[in-house]
Amino acid sequence: MPSPGGKAAAIRGPMAPPRSFIWTRRIVLGVLTIFALLPVYVMVSSSLKPLQDVSGTFRWIPSPITFSPYIQMWQTVPLGRYFVNSLIVCTCAALVSVLLATFAAYAVSRYRFRGRRVFTLVVLSTQMFPGILFLLPLFLIFVSIGNATGITLYGSLTGLVITYLTFSLPFSIWLLAGYFDSIPRGLDEAALVDGCGPLSALFRVVIPAAIPGIITVAIYAFMTAWSEVLFASVMTNDTTRTLAVGLRDYSTQTDVYWNQIMAASIVVSIPVVAGFLLMQRFLVAGLTAGAVK
Amino acid sequence: MARASTSAPAGPERTQARAGGISPRASARRARPGRLRRISLPYLLLLPALLFELLVHLVPMVVGVFISFKALTQLYLAQWEHAPWAGLGNYRTVADFNGPIGQALLHSFVVTCAFTAIAIGLSWLFGCAAAILAQDRFRGRGVLRAIFLTPYALPAYTSVITWAFMFQYNNGLVNQVLHNELGITSRPTFWLLGDNSFIALVTVSVWRNWPFAFLVIMAGLQSIPRELYEAAAIDGAGIWQQIRHITMPGLRPVNQVLVLVLFLWTFNDFTTPFVLFGNAAPQNADVISLHIYNASFLTWNFGEGSAMSVLLLLFLLVVSGGYLLVTSRRRDA
Repeated sequence: MPSPGGKAAAIRGPMAPPRSFIWTRRIVLGVLTIFALLPVYVMVSSSLKPLQDVSGTFRWIPSPITFSPYIQMWQTVPLGRYFVNSLIVCTCAALVSVLLATFAAYAVSRYRFRGRRVFTLVVLSTQMFPGILFLLPLFLIFVSIGNATGITLYGSLTGLVITYLTFSLPFSIWLLAGYFDSIPRGLDEAALVDGCGPLSALFRVVIPAAIPGIITVAIYAFMTAWSEVLFASVMTNDTTRTLAVGLRDYSTQTDVYWNQIMAASIVVSIPVVAGFLLMQRFLVAGLTAGAVK
Repeated sequence: MARASTSAPAGPERTQARAGGISPRASARRARPGRLRRISLPYLLLLPALLFELLVHLVPMVVGVFISFKALTQLYLAQWEHAPWAGLGNYRTVADFNGPIGQALLHSFVVTCAFTAIAIGLSWLFGCAAAILAQDRFRGRGVLRAIFLTPYALPAYTSVITWAFMFQYNNGLVNQVLHNELGITSRPTFWLLGDNSFIALVTVSVWRNWPFAFLVIMAGLQSIPRELYEAAAIDGAGIWQQIRHITMPGLRPVNQVLVLVLFLWTFNDFTTPFVLFGNAAPQNADVISLHIYNASFLTWNFGEGSAMSVLLLLFLLVVSGGYLLVTSRRRDA
């Protein structure tokens, strides 16, 4: 795995580490590996068990392996609809968020204007506060907008898109501004001299050069939206429910279909884990850069 | 987009470049609005992002403060602007620690503080140990790093729901291991009910957050100059001494930020307790975000819920501000 720590390897003196260190390393890293992977193992193995096996005492090895949970899970709850809802919401939120973040990051990176620091500070500080703080008023505001204009935001996918795109916006702006800073100014200045307007310089020169950063931000926005629970639990109804809330439906029935829950969890995790693997190098660097600076 | 921008001259270079192609009158007509646009362009670029931030974060925050002074109950939800004023009434109810509501809030606050302190401590310890021990190159190091990031990559609710399964009384893995296989507990334990729910909550929270601590500390280790280790090795310092006298002090700036971020995340965490316990959180796992959520949406008393939220915000501001003040002063000294 390529990682930001690659350079730090073999950093300490020429001496080989003593045995006490090697044994501590083996034990601690071993225990942490088990801790990290235990739920993943439970998820995978239980998703391959028939219902009576997950209802009885826990068994490490699924004795008859069955794939039926992966089929039944679509019937027990309307998982397909939740999936589509989540896909729509997260894709729209990610696209809009990236577009807005690109504009804002371009301004922050290429212009020195009054209020620039205030803007970045205010936007970043919204990340600090608990979602519960905005939840009640936002709920009321959405209801009021609905009453006043007839645009339904409460209970609709649109409302959720609007909410989610702001969650990833601060980090996206911050990351993209950093990315734009690393693109030589000479590039877009040359485009300006050649008669491009600032916006077409952005679209024709800066954005193509920043594609990896933009994709990273898009995936980050998608992942943030995909994992959000608090607002999804309040702002959706039966038809607009997303996966984050929908998975709970398996356990409100008379039986708890743990094998199907686990199967659904795996299927639901795949888009996010895939995204994470695709962009982990950029994301990890971006996430940690701020803390290290 | 491209068409709109051609009418907005970008700078002096551009006006010159185009002057040959456009009649002097046309360029003169554009000069003034062009300049105006040049100044306002960064603001125009920020505007969409700002509008959404305003709608979802800043306006609700103001509205939240506003309704915390209103007697906003179920009756007024449809026309919440017209709810009667309550003055400081909500705050009095919420902060009256002899009354049932205030008492429950205080209890939840204490639980949250204990939960946050323990969870941060363990997350930091695990992350720090893993980062320092995995600093040198050895076989399998890359694979280990990928494994350690797994909890971070999975969507929170799927992993928390898996933990909920593992903590089940009859068919969970935890009771199977602790009671049936190792015999550590004399009888199966209820992990998601009663007192033990606190342990379950801390476990899941640490599982979710330690990879982030690992990541940040791993990055922080790179900023410690290599020469320090070499000099120490020449002076005869063993690896444990190097860790104690070089690595740990070198990590201090990173730790300061890391602890604050972990504090805010853990203190405000809603997903973990909500997915683990649902609407009926056990007393000992009734953390503040879940408490406010339930207090607001079970009774629909948004006035009191908002008053609790505002108090929570004040608390977070004071703690974060104080923390930043203390750590930056120490750095200067």
